[in-house]
Amino acid sequence: MFLEISNLRKTFGTYTAVQHFDMKIDRGEFISFLGPSGCGKTTTLRMMAGFETPTEGMIRIGNRDITGLRPNQRKIGMVFQSYALFPNMTVADNVAFGLKVARRPGAEIAQRVEEMLKLIGLPQLGNRYPFQLSGGQQQRVALARALAPKPQVLLLDEPLSALDAKIRVSLREEIRAVQRELGITTIYVTHDQEEALSMSDRIVVMNEGRVEQIGTPFEIYNLPRTRFVASFVGTLNILQARVLDGPAGRVAVDDQEIVVATGLSGARPGETCSLALRPEAIRIDQPAPSGNRLQGSIEEVSFLGSVVRVRVRFDRNSVSIDTFNNPGLTLPERGRPVTISFARDDLVVLQQAPG
Amino acid sequence: MNRSRLGAWLSFAIGALYFLVPLIATMEFAMRIRRGQYTFDAFQIVLTDARFQATFTYSTVVALATIAVGTLLVVPTAYWVRLRLPHLRPVVEFITLLPLVIPAIVIVFGYLRMYNSSSLVPLTDTDLGTDILLTFGYATLALPYMYRSVDAGLQAIDIHTLTEAAENLGARWPTILFRIILPNIRVAVLSGALLTFAIVIGEFTLASLLNRPAFGPYLQLIGANRAYEPAALAIIAFAITWACMGLIQLFARQTQTAPAR
Repeated sequence: MFLEISNLRKTFGTYTAVQHFDMKIDRGEFISFLGPSGCGKTTTLRMMAGFETPTEGMIRIGNRDITGLRPNQRKIGMVFQSYALFPNMTVADNVAFGLKVARRPGAEIAQRVEEMLKLIGLPQLGNRYPFQLSGGQQQRVALARALAPKPQVLLLDEPLSALDAKIRVSLREEIRAVQRELGITTIYVTHDQEEALSMSDRIVVMNEGRVEQIGTPFEIYNLPRTRFVASFVGTLNILQARVLDGPAGRVAVDDQEIVVATGLSGARPGETCSLALRPEAIRIDQPAPSGNRLQGSIEEVSFLGSVVRVRVRFDRNSVSIDTFNNPGLTLPERGRPVTISFARDDLVVLQQAPG
Repeated sequence: MNRSRLGAWLSFAIGALYFLVPLIATMEFAMRIRRGQYTFDAFQIVLTDARFQATFTYSTVVALATIAVGTLLVVPTAYWVRLRLPHLRPVVEFITLLPLVIPAIVIVFGYLRMYNSSSLVPLTDTDLGTDILLTFGYATLALPYMYRSVDAGLQAIDIHTLTEAAENLGARWPTILFRIILPNIRVAVLSGALLTFAIVIGEFTLASLLNRPAFGPYLQLIGANRAYEPAALAIIAFAITWACMGLIQLFARQTQTAPAR
């Protein structure tokens, strides 16, 4: 365990921005804080950087408690959403800034700057000024500047949100490649679930100052623990069901019986529960001998390019189903009766959010 | 040309005439020093006058000192207020406006009372002490212009994020102020500096009552005793002020071609 965050809490007057954040992070891990605006992810990051003082709690890197240290004492690199490159300095001077402040020898600074510019793929642009660079180039320089002083931890605060979609995709791959090459422990704040899922070793999903779930991308997507995580990460169908037999996992969705593989321990017959089901887990009009089947009718068909999204209505419930586009097949018509099927394992019982 | 544009051009022409006609008349008068012909003799007399050179040099040196004092006072203050004390901005702005409503004569009489030869800090006892008083007096008079200029420059850059980025890289506040903030507001500081220069060069009250050999009292002396030379001096003083304004525009335009992010 390299980085430890214990019982971190932050209040602004009567408003609690972050509640009881606990986490242990290994050296070299890439962690994403994922959540909607106002969930506390940036506040948590800023407490780690030293720009906000925790109301309670502790942050430790290695054996060192950094909670009370000023930002310029923490040896943590940070990349800002707005890049924050110094406009009066060239790219090379920006990258060298941290090293010059630390009074490193000139030869060492020059070598390190050259290394960093090569790492980010901009070795020829050392003499340019920030205003002469594109957004993607500026963000790469910001990354190089943060890494040049060899920080212990790298923090990134939504670094790609100001860039267009294509640049975002290529740059996040570059960031991850650089992070892997250097083996630096990294915390990445984002509201983009695709970024978090594709880049992270683990994801912390946050909502309203609380940690909803911590897990690998696979766990967060396939085994969401709360309704919020299930609905925020990926597209999700939520079925309202009535319990028939809790231990056996038998429930009724609009008077049609299905089975939940994990069972519903502690649930009594007649109680309602929420079940999550991913669109890609559902098949239309295909046999499912040991799975679940529900009969409904097609309510809407949306052509999204490579994906076709079909909405099937039962009674009070409905589900969205994603299938790959196949030019050889015709799209189903609205109103047509269909039977959907899915495995019992694909159903996830949703808990209430932790208090 | 439609009626609204005609009206605008007419208003502009009347305003321009209102300012230009007296200047042209003054210039014409200055050039009539030799009867029956237009010459620049009055300008030559002024420019070769040893007192003109001495007083102009003195005021220039005091202006530079005033600019230095004003910059060292205003830049950290404006930066700190914007960064950490935004609720104090109205108070600070009010204070910086006071020199516009309190006449210079009040300032100088206050100085004479507080720093005269029988006070605890008898600055008026020596020339250097009086020069220091004059510099601080000028810094006060230039405060509204210097503060507003610097504050406008700070508003144009994201000082919060730049400060955090510099802190994150290990910098302390003097490094942040002198290597990050000041270079990025140099045009604003320069604008304030040129305004300060223009104010100091023409200022009379403080310099006269503190009995310093500045350009303002020289202007008044020549005006009381000569005829054509004061007119030439007035044109020269205008030219200096316009040169300062022109330089401000030039530096501002240079910044627009190289925008900072």
